[in-house]
Amino acid sequence: MNTAASLDLDTQRKNLRTGILALLFAGAMVGLGFAAVPLYDLFCRVTGFGGTTQVASESAAANAAAAGVSETMSIRFDASTSSGIGWEFRPEQATDTVRIGQRDIATYVAKNLEGKPVTGTATFNVEPSQAGKYFHKIQCFCFTEQTLEAGQEVTMPVLYYVDPAILEDEFMADVEQITLSYTFHRAKEPETFGLSRDN
Amino acid sequence: MATTAEGFDIHTEDHAHEADHKPGFFARWFMSTNHKDIGTLYLIFAIFAGIIGGAMSGVMRLELAEPGIQHLGAAVEFFGGNASESANLHMWNVFITAHGLIMVFFMVMPAMIGGFGNWFVPLMIGAPDMAFPRMNNVSFWLTVAGFISLCFSLFVPGTGPDALGAGVGWTVYAPLSTTGNVGPAVDFAIFSLHLAGAGSILGATNFITTIFNMRAPGMTLHKMPLFVWSVLVTAFLLLLALPVLAAAITMLLTDRNFGTTFFDPAGGGDPVLYQHLFWFFGHPEVYIMILPGFGMISQIVATFSRKPVFGYLGMAYAMVAIGVVGFIVWAHHMYTVGLDVNTKMYFTAATMVIAVPTGVKIFSWIATMWGGSMEFKSPMVWALGFIFLFTVGGVTGVILANGGIDDNLHDTYYVVAHFHYVLSMGAVFSLFAGFYYWFPKMSGKMHSELLSHIHFWGFFIGVNIVFFPQHFLGMNGMPRRIPDYPEAFAYWNEISSYGYVVMAASMLVFFVNIGWSLVAGKAPGKNPWGEGATTLEWTLTSPPPYHQFETLPVIEDHHDYHDHSQPEAKPA
Repeated sequence: MNTAASLDLDTQRKNLRTGILALLFAGAMVGLGFAAVPLYDLFCRVTGFGGTTQVASESAAANAAAAGVSETMSIRFDASTSSGIGWEFRPEQATDTVRIGQRDIATYVAKNLEGKPVTGTATFNVEPSQAGKYFHKIQCFCFTEQTLEAGQEVTMPVLYYVDPAILEDEFMADVEQITLSYTFHRAKEPETFGLSRDN
Repeated sequence: MATTAEGFDIHTEDHAHEADHKPGFFARWFMSTNHKDIGTLYLIFAIFAGIIGGAMSGVMRLELAEPGIQHLGAAVEFFGGNASESANLHMWNVFITAHGLIMVFFMVMPAMIGGFGNWFVPLMIGAPDMAFPRMNNVSFWLTVAGFISLCFSLFVPGTGPDALGAGVGWTVYAPLSTTGNVGPAVDFAIFSLHLAGAGSILGATNFITTIFNMRAPGMTLHKMPLFVWSVLVTAFLLLLALPVLAAAITMLLTDRNFGTTFFDPAGGGDPVLYQHLFWFFGHPEVYIMILPGFGMISQIVATFSRKPVFGYLGMAYAMVAIGVVGFIVWAHHMYTVGLDVNTKMYFTAATMVIAVPTGVKIFSWIATMWGGSMEFKSPMVWALGFIFLFTVGGVTGVILANGGIDDNLHDTYYVVAHFHYVLSMGAVFSLFAGFYYWFPKMSGKMHSELLSHIHFWGFFIGVNIVFFPQHFLGMNGMPRRIPDYPEAFAYWNEISSYGYVVMAASMLVFFVNIGWSLVAGKAPGKNPWGEGATTLEWTLTSPPPYHQFETLPVIEDHHDYHDHSQPEAKPA
């Protein structure tokens, strides 16, 4: 109003520049807020943060096996379902002891108790969370969505190994057992708006 | 409206020579572009919102006064739902949500930044008004619209047609806010945050521009009053933190309504990411609420000790340091989500670092008083109460900062006691200190010192009875956010509820004091606080002219940060 109008032109121009800069700054922070979604995802995968397991290639698995480590690690298997899916889901074995570096196979059993075909998707992590970066999966039913017909029961494999580098990590020194956990959710077909992320 | 506003411009330009010309009632208060009028509107709004938020805490203390659930059903019926066990429990969630959001976004922030910031930043730096007066108006009305949207959410379905309101906590965590509260109430609450957030971002832009570009000649950054420094740091925190909240709650909104899965594991999202985003905003937010209070306390302690504030530059840069470090400690709010020990170690250490600049401030206030000629006027007693109680809250904060200890205390009443000591006592005591300090300047009427002191002692005793026992409850494991509790917790809960009554009674004294002073208060003159009050607002009449500083004041080279007195304004 008239106080603003009575400011000299130079001040008005300076004010406009500062104001626009500040608002651009705020806009950039909104962008960063959204950018956090893919960045957090990437961060978890790379660092194993929060017990995010790693995906290994055949050759990496062969290298790990070639290290010829004799120590063993106990693995506990855990399974649960979210409230939105009518499946029975359990591991076939409660625990297993594996030689570190050697690949091993674990199997889970899922049964669709709903009277119709249902597609599910499994989320996963390991506990303790700092073990995430040493737990490598070569193949897993959790890499893709699983569709079960009404009443169908399937056995699903996980092919994994524990990275020998785990022996050099002081924060893993007193870890004797790693728990591998899966939760099945009813698969959601997101309306992606171009924002979907593969898992 | 725009046309009217322009017509109004032309109208006043005819009278530009007349500093005290005021427009008519509607144009003055509803289309206001005057920083003092907008500041007044913000203060009235904050008091109004504070009454509603405070009444909600009264209902909560009533419910918690004894074990069992006695009063929530009546509250459910009051808002138009049907009482049932689940609706009653949901009502509790709605109360904690509304109380938290109202107190944070519609009481403390509007009062500190919108109210005192608008009123006194231009006056203290010798500016005729804010840089963008029209945008200032937009900021205020966006805040009001946000408040209305939040109040509206109380009356629409939350978890079901019988359980109304958004019962999600002020943190609005997913999945409670997505699949847990399917009704439209949460959408209104989120919209409310969008509006208030947009208003605050515009306000922050306005303050940054005003402080950088519109200081009076000679008013260098290192001569600015500490209150102005505090608002400058706060404005930067707002600009960095609020957009992240806006992004997070926008994603919540699309998860709720448009089938995205940002925070839904079934589609590859992660609910913990929401917590990270929220607290990246939420932790700076707690400094946003307290920093302007720090600024006010610095002005008041210096005024009533008749001494320049001790360690001026240290005080200013301590606030900058608190602001910077405040952005890298957020995960101490989420120690129990499954962070590994390294992460917890980092966030524990970083959190404790904040105690250093905060300690610099506390000790500098004490050093300012040391050897000063202290006068225990109403603003000063509130400031002393602030320093004492904020330090208590700071100490419990250092305890909670420990990742290991927090595993035990997380989500207990110990946390509730901690953040009410720093906010409901820290921030609110600084607000009352500022109110009594500047009320004579804003209104042109002196308040009653006697009533102010009665208000202080009632409030001081009341809030301590409310919140101190909550430390014991928390250490004994009473969880927060639950309306019922075992018999073992009954003793301290009952005492805590009595404290609320004492506090509420003291608030009546406050309102009587305002009413009395507006009717019968003496004129304070330019400066009622004596030679300790050296900032520019005390060189003006009380209330200041509608348009001040038609000739800009000049801060001469020999004037330091403390002495902004103008030649003609020196007391005889």
